Amino acid sequence: MYSKKIINRFQKPKFAGEIKKADAVGEVGNVKCGDIMRVYLKIDGDKIKDIRFKTYGCVAAIASTDYLCEIVKGKTLDEALKITSKDVVKKMGKVPTIKLHCSVLAQNALKKAIKKYRKKRR
Amino acid sequence: MKTVYLDNGATTKVDPEVVKAMSPYFIEKYGNASSTHHKGQEVKMAMEEARHVIAKSIGAKDNEIFFTSSGTESNNWALKELFFSNPDKKHIITTKIEHDCVLNSCKLLEKLGAKVTYLDVDEEGFVSLEELEKAITKDTLVVSIIHGNNEIGTIQDIKSIYEICKKNNVYFHTDACQSYTKTELSAKNADLITLNAHKIHGPKGVGALYIKKGVKIVPFMHGGGQERGLRSGTENIPGIVGFAKAVKLSMNQKHAKKMTELRDYFIEEVLEISDVILNGPKGDKRLCNNVNISFRYIEGESVGAYLDTKGICTSTGSACSSHTLEPSHVIMALENNPERAHGSLRMTLSRFTTKEELDFTLKELKKIVEKLRKISPLTKIMKRL
Repeated sequence: MYSKKIINRFQKPKFAGEIKKADAVGEVGNVKCGDIMRVYLKIDGDKIKDIRFKTYGCVAAIASTDYLCEIVKGKTLDEALKITSKDVVKKMGKVPTIKLHCSVLAQNALKKAIKKYRKKRR
Repeated sequence: MKTVYLDNGATTKVDPEVVKAMSPYFIEKYGNASSTHHKGQEVKMAMEEARHVIAKSIGAKDNEIFFTSSGTESNNWALKELFFSNPDKKHIITTKIEHDCVLNSCKLLEKLGAKVTYLDVDEEGFVSLEELEKAITKDTLVVSIIHGNNEIGTIQDIKSIYEICKKNNVYFHTDACQSYTKTELSAKNADLITLNAHKIHGPKGVGALYIKKGVKIVPFMHGGGQERGLRSGTENIPGIVGFAKAVKLSMNQKHAKKMTELRDYFIEEVLEISDVILNGPKGDKRLCNNVNISFRYIEGESVGAYLDTKGICTSTGSACSSHTLEPSHVIMALENNPERAHGSLRMTLSRFTTKEELDFTLKELKKIVEKLRKISPLTKIMKRL
């Protein structure tokens, strides 16, 4: 069902974990729908210096969050906001159709974190 | 990588003895059982012998066994055609924990004018006999309740259920695909019984429906009038012969005893892991090959996919693995708790399962659960509560 690439990433995510004194945290999802993504950001100026995540969900949910982290690390907040689920799916390779919806959620968590960060700074 | 197959509730490997019994019926004995010449008659005899084996296994008469293509077909036939054959009664009683083929047949019948009651179950998956009796009305045609549940292994008391049905003059149908040969099953305890071959090391594509003499039912498949006019279509002779051989091999009580011991050992060991829930009952009211555990804070799909990378095959009730993206309706019927349903993992044994395989699974399972819990945002929140 899943490609080797996705399974490998799911087993060995590069960004799993948390940032103790994060500058911003964003979370989406709920237990009922079966996916929860939480993203932690360390921000330097307007750049994402570090990013970590915690995910409750399926293989696609965990792998897609990790790929998103990889894409946005080092990017500016504006650049990160422009990342779409298509970019994540492209990076993941072949995603089972039924799993596409899980791959949208991570961006929402990231966007939420950035919005919260900007609101706090204002 | 060695395969550890713990998904025998989905299907089983065909016993080599079964393959051996089937093999003459492809190239040498290829006749059509409806033909009157010798090639037809030799396979007709084999089919009738097979019918006798299956009838005997549940204490039925040979002419009460009808071969079908699957358990799904048998369940569809029983429900739909009882409904069409008995237009004076429109009420069907079933449960919230049936297999999809029963539930979806009921949904179709609702569109065609049936009234369906879906009985609740208790926290271990048992139907309440009082609630069943209360649900029966003058309009009730049939009660259909799964014998051994495919997800959580709960074995219903069909003897008492049938007594209630008989007293109230209502047909009783049971889907016994999972329980057949694993626990006692008698034609004395139902009017219609669904059976199949591929859950008991027989071939896929063959099932049967037991129909007690006197039950008013019309065919589901129309055609050349095979199976005494009730199930048309050229009979799957190799499949039927294999089915009977599988029944003969599975009826050995030693197998059930061995599976029960391994199951109980495995359950005890898995329950050592923190924050887990056993779905379904313990003891002799549970299918001897069924283990179903919910792991809190994580999803069963992830656990299953991880186990698969180690060669271990399991299945899950998490939404993510289903076509509908809904979590298991069976586990949701035990408790309205999506985390429990999403976190469930079913491991089903067979007579070929070994303790070494279970020990390997336990070792991997413990590591995987810990790893996934470490990256779950729920772990801390829930533990704080």
